[in-house]
Amino acid sequence: MLKEIFKMSWHNITQNKIRSFLTILGILIGVTAIITLITIVQGAIDEIQAKMDSLGSGTVMVQAYGTPLKSGLSDNDIESLLSINGVLGFSPTISTTIDVWHDGTISEDVTIDGKNEEYFKRNIGEMIMGRDITHYDTETDNRVCIIDPDLAKEWFPGEMVLGKKIMIGGVSYEVIGVYKPDSSSLTYAYSSSGDSIIIPYTNVMLISGMSNISALDLYIDTDSDTERIGDEIEQKLDEAFNYKDNTYSVIQLDTLIDMIKDMQKMMEYLLIGIASISIVVGGIGIMNMMLVSVSERTMEIGLRKALGATPFMIQLQFLAESVALSLMGGLIGLILGTILSILGCWAIGVPFALSPTAIILGVGSSALAGIVFGFTPARKASLLNPIDALRRI
Amino acid sequence: MARALLEMRDIVKSYQVGDEEQIILDHIDFTVDENQFVSVLGPSGSGKSTLMNIIGCLDMATGGEYCLAGQLIEDMDQTELARIRNKEIGFVFQSFQLLNRLSVLENVELPLIYAHTPTHERRQKALEIIDRVGLSHRIDYFPNQLSGGQQQRVAIARAVITQPSILLADEPTGALDQATGRAVLDLFKELHREGRTIIMITHDASIASAAQRIVKLLDGRLYEGEAANA
Repeated sequence: MLKEIFKMSWHNITQNKIRSFLTILGILIGVTAIITLITIVQGAIDEIQAKMDSLGSGTVMVQAYGTPLKSGLSDNDIESLLSINGVLGFSPTISTTIDVWHDGTISEDVTIDGKNEEYFKRNIGEMIMGRDITHYDTETDNRVCIIDPDLAKEWFPGEMVLGKKIMIGGVSYEVIGVYKPDSSSLTYAYSSSGDSIIIPYTNVMLISGMSNISALDLYIDTDSDTERIGDEIEQKLDEAFNYKDNTYSVIQLDTLIDMIKDMQKMMEYLLIGIASISIVVGGIGIMNMMLVSVSERTMEIGLRKALGATPFMIQLQFLAESVALSLMGGLIGLILGTILSILGCWAIGVPFALSPTAIILGVGSSALAGIVFGFTPARKASLLNPIDALRRI
Repeated sequence: MARALLEMRDIVKSYQVGDEEQIILDHIDFTVDENQFVSVLGPSGSGKSTLMNIIGCLDMATGGEYCLAGQLIEDMDQTELARIRNKEIGFVFQSFQLLNRLSVLENVELPLIYAHTPTHERRQKALEIIDRVGLSHRIDYFPNQLSGGQQQRVAIARAVITQPSILLADEPTGALDQATGRAVLDLFKELHREGRTIIMITHDASIASAAQRIVKLLDGRLYEGEAANA
């Protein structure tokens, strides 16, 4: 029974190919727009987010200028920052410049970065050879250093680098590794000055005579409430500097990412809103065409009723027709939208990923439009009086 | 005595036109027995169409009782009426009323679709009936590829496929020339001999005489006419 009804509807749609095509055009354009726009915007946002992630999601950069009486953060201050729920660890970003002796030559004003073991855990740089600085190294002020591959080439051309001794500030350090930091990361851009030597941060403090740390990265758990963590960090810093103004700055990338995500949501709603208008207009087109179809086929409806079609069956037949029309528009729109999104994503250089939301929204809204806008014409057909319908001949 | 298939008692159909009540059918008593071939003869405006609509359950009487194949037709909703039409009535119209988009086979199958007959059975029955009206070489043709007489045969095949209690024909030869009209009447006679009950509505006395019994309708009143050839 259902099969026959769908067959009849299909028959009718294919009978008037041009008219059917023009009727579904509105829905088609609407669905194409929804799928293309959502996919491209999603791709662009994903791209931005991926960049932000590589820049340092999960990292809070703290600069503690301090007050004239207290510059930087003491060990106790750092302890209290680490006690915040969600803060996983820290890595100081302190550096100094000093002359370095290597194999009897002197290089002046080389940047020395002080780091701890957390830095190597979190940063996605490349350890070309050798080992990281460990917790043991920082605790014991161990005289080891890790150098940049460019420096390694410049200073020890054609030689084994690991195990070499260099003199930093008159003290002998052993090279234990060659490490290339990830230059795309924002923390790198913020705190490094190119070719550098990394030594345990406690040694940098000794060399430069610092007792406090004035800059550090805090690593936080991105799954927890990053906004709360940010607030608590600021609160601890306020406490550390007696609530004085301009004593520190905090840069948290996650709040930035959240903002972008919120923007994306808003953008998506806006696009859906605009595309929905097109689907409503398309739906009205279908309704109009179905009403025309009902009056054109008054005689047919009368005859079907005389042959025993119940009002429900007539209604079902016309409803099936309008749903089939709008679904067809939706499916063609889906295909067209996918092609356009691939082209669009390729044109602006973002990765293409068809969003399931877009598909469900596109196809679902077209089917819904078919039911909503097909209901009135179908009802009209089902209520036709068979005598009036047959008298028309 | 044969069983009464159709029984009408005191049927009245009237319309309110402004302040006046216009009576179309005026207290009609009408009985048709099983396997009768009855012609309802009347000029235009006599109420023929209205009577046919009421017999065919397309319309309801204003007053009186109508019993068709043992079922009282009153206070039925459109869905129930549709079922009665599907099961008990086979319509044959003056202008054939075939759907031009459907083939001969599909046209004949149509009533069985609404009777929820399974596809296979439907096809088989349709082929049998089309063979019966002598058009098995035309099953894939479309109505506009057929002559008037052939079209009316298709319409008759469609009317009898559900094995209805009554074959209800409204001017079945009205759109046909003399010879083809004769042939259609002959087909009716054959169907009658096979045991079918036929009610034919016409304004043409010579056509009406093909039936076994003639009733005349004049100004909404029914009169028993002279019996024709049996």
